[in-house]
This record gives sequence, structure tokens and C-alpha cells, in this order.
Amino acid sequence: MKILVCISNVPDTTSKINFTEGDTKFDTNGVQFVINPNDEFGLTRAMWFKEKQGATVHVATVGGAQTEPTIRKALAIGADEAIRVNAEPKDGFYVAQQLAEVVKNGGYELVIAGRESIDYNGGMVPGILATLLDMNFVNMCIGLEIDGTTATAIREIDGGKEKLSTSLPLVIGGQKGLVEESDLKIPNMRGIMMARKKALNVVEPIDASQPTQDQKFDKPAAKGPVKLVDAGNVGELVELLHNEAKVI
Amino acid sequence: MSVLVYTESLKGKFKKNAFEVASYAHKVAQDLGTTVTAVAFNAEDAAALGTYGVSKVLNVSYDALSTFSAKAYADVLAQAVKAEDAKVVILSSTADTKYLAPILAAKLGAGYAPNVVAAPDSTSPFVVKRTAFSNKGFVHTEISSDIKIVGVSNNAYGVVENAVSASVEDFNPSLTDGDFAVKSVEVDRVAGKVTIADADIVVSGGRGLKGPEHWGMVEELADVLGAATACSKPVSDLGWRPHSEHVGQTGKPVASNLYIAIGISGAIQHLAGVSASKVKVVINNDPEAPFFKAADYGIVGDAFEVVPELIEKLKEFKAQNA
Ligand SMILES: Cc1cc2nc3c(=O)[nH]c(=O)nc-3n(C[C@H](O)[C@H](O)[C@H](O)COP(=O)(O)OP(=O)(O)OC[C@H]3O[C@@H](n4cnc5c(N)ncnc54)[C@H](O)[C@@H]3O)c2cc1C
Ligand SMILES: Nc1ncnc2c1ncn2[C@@H]1O[C@H](COP(=O)(O)O)[C@@H](O)[C@H]1O
Repeated sequence: MKILVCISNVPDTTSKINFTEGDTKFDTNGVQFVINPNDEFGLTRAMWFKEKQGATVHVATVGGAQTEPTIRKALAIGADEAIRVNAEPKDGFYVAQQLAEVVKNGGYELVIAGRESIDYNGGMVPGILATLLDMNFVNMCIGLEIDGTTATAIREIDGGKEKLSTSLPLVIGGQKGLVEESDLKIPNMRGIMMARKKALNVVEPIDASQPTQDQKFDKPAAKGPVKLVDAGNVGELVELLHNEAKVI
Repeated sequence: MSVLVYTESLKGKFKKNAFEVASYAHKVAQDLGTTVTAVAFNAEDAAALGTYGVSKVLNVSYDALSTFSAKAYADVLAQAVKAEDAKVVILSSTADTKYLAPILAAKLGAGYAPNVVAAPDSTSPFVVKRTAFSNKGFVHTEISSDIKIVGVSNNAYGVVENAVSASVEDFNPSLTDGDFAVKSVEVDRVAGKVTIADADIVVSGGRGLKGPEHWGMVEELADVLGAATACSKPVSDLGWRPHSEHVGQTGKPVASNLYIAIGISGAIQHLAGVSASKVKVVINNDPEAPFFKAADYGIVGDAFEVVPELIEKLKEFKAQNA
């Protein structure tokens, strides 16, 4: 089985978010970039398929040269090869078209992407990718087993989960649950050394449409101070929630 | 031309968000000088959508569509878009809708803006405000494709009445086997519980509650308030609560009217996912807990004393206001 794990390069979850150039650009100054957390779960699941079922695992990202440390980290975790499509990820539709080309050329049977990138929270790349390629698609995937060309997946639904049965070729939008937090792999020295020798192929983008344009950013209004209620007077909280906040 | 809205139902009954997205669609249709057509699946009382400004309902009644199937539903919506010559499609932010939205976008070659929190900034050009960076910022996005898809955040626009009379028509899409290539085998949904996505109020517990055996009071508080229960990430990682309750940047987003956090420190990744809630209450025994900076109301105290007391006071309040 040939697996492609799609990786987006996102600000670390603890990053302070600022904007620049008249609030038209995200300010990357001082921001640490990491593998998108949802993709980290997917990558770890892919490593399981590699170890237990002999799968080959490639990773792909659409991004400039500045994303290479993130891809190298994926190689250090154990992916066999990496592909970087040399283009700024303009919007989800644009990225999906680039990745579709990578999947076609590489003949992947399983594409593991994340439920959403934690930067723009688009949640659309895997679904658009699957549809462009006419591959099956499971979103918010929290469990995946492959047996031959049959796939059994669990997806999260509001208030529970659903078990699904489908077949390869398949694209998933994955998240925590695909593997547990404690299964996540941290690259070790040997992995990091080996990653240096692995192929990181840079390919040029294809012409693709970009139906959305981000124009301007702003930040939520600053919050007033918290109103503290004495622990001995819990009734006052009920009062406030009813009369002032009007939420009960 | 019309504005098309997908109105979700469960076992024939509309979900609350169906009325919210219908209200939003009405606003967009007004701005564009057109009307709203809704697509509903096996809805029992389709005409009820008229209250929220829907003038036409395409009701699809197929047994094969009685359980949600993302690709098939997206296919039906795409056919409805064509039939109605719709230029704008309004969707909600539930798990099911977020599953079908990108499929629909790809089928229609449409730009899709998710997590939209307000009526469009303008309709020509078509610009919407949506959350980004897990609620740490907003971005104003122009959708420039011919057909535009807007995903409205839960509870962001609200339910607004604009009564018109709605005509209800049967809609007969043509479906293929390919639409059902992903099959539902089993749905495991906790019955009779409010879900985090639907809830007006969410009661959430963190590691400060010490162990799963102490969740009784969290559930009781949720019961009294008609709320959904949620938890912080370590709580689900430890297996104290199911994954589906994990909220935050890497869990479910919460955008309720009221969010009550008990024994949760308020780490940046937690706050990122819950800060869209309108009113936040924190109960924590550490006055330095970061959550107090992000909260509207707070009680510094031991959850094991405060929560039972709060349950009592709420019961009294309920009894008086019943
Ligand atoms: C990549 C990444 C993604 C993450 N995503 C998420 C996410 O989506 N959601 C999430 O929640 N976290 C997330 N986290 C984890 C986050 O950083 C915190 O570790 C987590 O939110 C802490 O959970 P907690 O507040 O329950 O526990 P703690 O931080 O241990 O806090 C427990 C709190 O309970 C209080 N307490 C203790 N005893 C009592 C008592 N008797 N009464 C009242 N209060 C008491 C303490 O004062 C403390 O403030 C993520 C972390 C990373 C690195
Ligand atoms: N620039 C990118 N390069 C590679 N994969 C991406 C990129 N952007 C998004 N993805 C994949 O698509 C998933 C969902 O992203 P998004 O639709 O941007 O929220 C991510 O978790 C990645 O797996």
C-alpha cells in the first residue's frame, strides 16, 4: 500500500497571533512552525501501517522553502520520502488541486490528511482533494483499519461516533483518535540523521484556481475583567447569569 | 437565481441550527434582492421554515437518505443548486455539514468560507468575516467564484423570524451507487443527551476534578441546565471521558451562549477552542489560573464544594421560575 500523508505547516499552538502590513498579512515574526497537530496523528497512524502492513509512506506539503524543517521532521518520524510543491498555499481549493496532481503522479491508494489546519481552520483540503480525484472520503476520522482494499473507519459525529465501511482508494481527514496522544512519536537522533539522507523532492505547482482571497485580519475585542463571586455566595452567580448575562 | 440553504434534521425534526442558517440565508437573499430555497431531507414539517424567511422548500424523501451520507447529500445539494440556479449556498457548522461542504465545493467549483460569524460584510464583492487561528483572530475573506458557499458558525448569527409562506415541493435527485460508496455500518450516539454542537450551554470539566468518578456532579449540573457535557484534552487522553467530549483547539469547537469550566486551568489551546462562547464562567481553586483572564464570571473555590452548591441554587431558581 502506498500512503501519502498531507502535512500543513502551522504556527505552534502556543503562538501569539499578530498581523502586519495594515492587517493584511499574518505576522510570522517570532512564530515557531510545526506539523499541524491533526496531521501528526495521521502520520503516526501511517507509521503503524508501515510497520505492521509494509506500507510505503510519503509526505507532501504545499509551501515555500521555509516549510522544509517541518517536512524534515516528518521524515525523522519515519516517512520514506517527501514532496514539496513549491507554492504558497493560497486557499484550500488551490492546495487541493496541487495535492491532487501529486496523488495522481504518485499512485497513492490512501491519502491521510487532517480534519483541519489549525491556522486558517479551513477543513476543506481533504474533501476537495477526494472529490477531484473521485476517491472515497471519510472526514473527522478517529479510527482506520485497512484489510486488502477494504477500509473500516470510525468518524466523529455530534454526540457520538459512526462506523463506516468503504474501499481504497481513500482520502481521510483525520484527528486525535486515529492514534492516542501517548502514541505520538518524537523524532530521535537516529531518525533525524536518517532524515537527512531521505529524498525531499521539490516540484513546481500546476496552474490552479483560487476561488477565495483573504483580505484583512482583525483580532477579537479585548475582554473586560472577570467578575468574581465569593465561594460562599454561589446564589449570586445564578442571579448574575439570569439578570445580567441573561443566559439562564 | 436564489439563495440555497441546507436545513438539517434528525429523524424528521429540524435541528435548531436549521432555523439559524435559514435566518442567515434570508439576510443574504434580502441583500441580493432574491428569495431563499431550502433543501431538507425527509422533513416532517418542512413548511415551518417559512417562519425564518424560506419561501420554497425542496423536500427529499428517500429511504436511502434516511441516514446521513456525505457524498449522496452533497450530490443532492449540487443538483438543487443547478435546478434553482443558486449562486450562494448557506450551510451550518455541524460535523455532518463540515463533512459534506468540501465535497459540494469541489462538485460546484465553488469557493467555501467556513466558520463565518456575521452577515456578509458586502455582497458585491462577496466578503464574509470568519474566525481563524482557532478563534485568536478573524479574517475577512472574499469569495470570487460564480457560486459561493458560506458555512455559518453555530450560534453566531442567531435565529431571526421573518415569516413568509413556504411552498413545499418534492425534489427527486438522481443518485448513483457511487454516491453510497462509503457505507454507514453503525451509529453510536448517546441517546437523549444534548450535543456540544447543539447546546446553548456547555458544562466542562478538567483535570482539577481528579478522576472519572467525580463526573456525577458535572452531569447533574448539565442536567439542571439542559446543557451538554465537555472536557479538557488531558481528561479524554486519560480516558476519564470519551474523545467526543474533548473541546479546544484540537478537539471540538464550542460556541455556546454559556460555557462553564470546572477545574480547567485555561491553557491557550483550550481557550482557543472555547472562546467563541458568549459568556464564560470559571470555577477553580487557584486564583492565578489563566482561565480567569478569559472569563466573564468566576468563583475561586473548591469545585467539590462550589458545584453541589451551584446545583442546589439552580434547582431553587428553576423552582421559582417554573
Ligand atoms: C498541540 C497541543 C494541542 C492541545 N489541544 C488542546 C485542546 O484542544 N483542548 C484542551 O483542553 N487542551 C489542549 N491541549 C492541552 C493544554 O495545553 C493543557 O494541558 C490542558 O488544557 C490542561 O487541561 P486541564 O486544564 O484540565 O488540566 P490542568 O492544567 O492540570 O488544570 C487543572 C486545573 O484544575 C484546578 N483545580 C485543581 N483542583 C481543583 C479543585 N478541587 N477545584 C477547582 N479547581 C481545581 C487547578 O487549579 C488547575 O487550574 C493541547 C496541548 C498541545 C501541546
Ligand atoms: N499547504 C498544505 N500542504 C499539504 N497539505 C495541506 C496543506 N494545507 C492543508 N493540508 C492538508 O489538509 C488538511 C486540512 O487542511 P485545511 O483544509 O487547510 O484546514 C490538513 O490537516 C493537511 O493534511
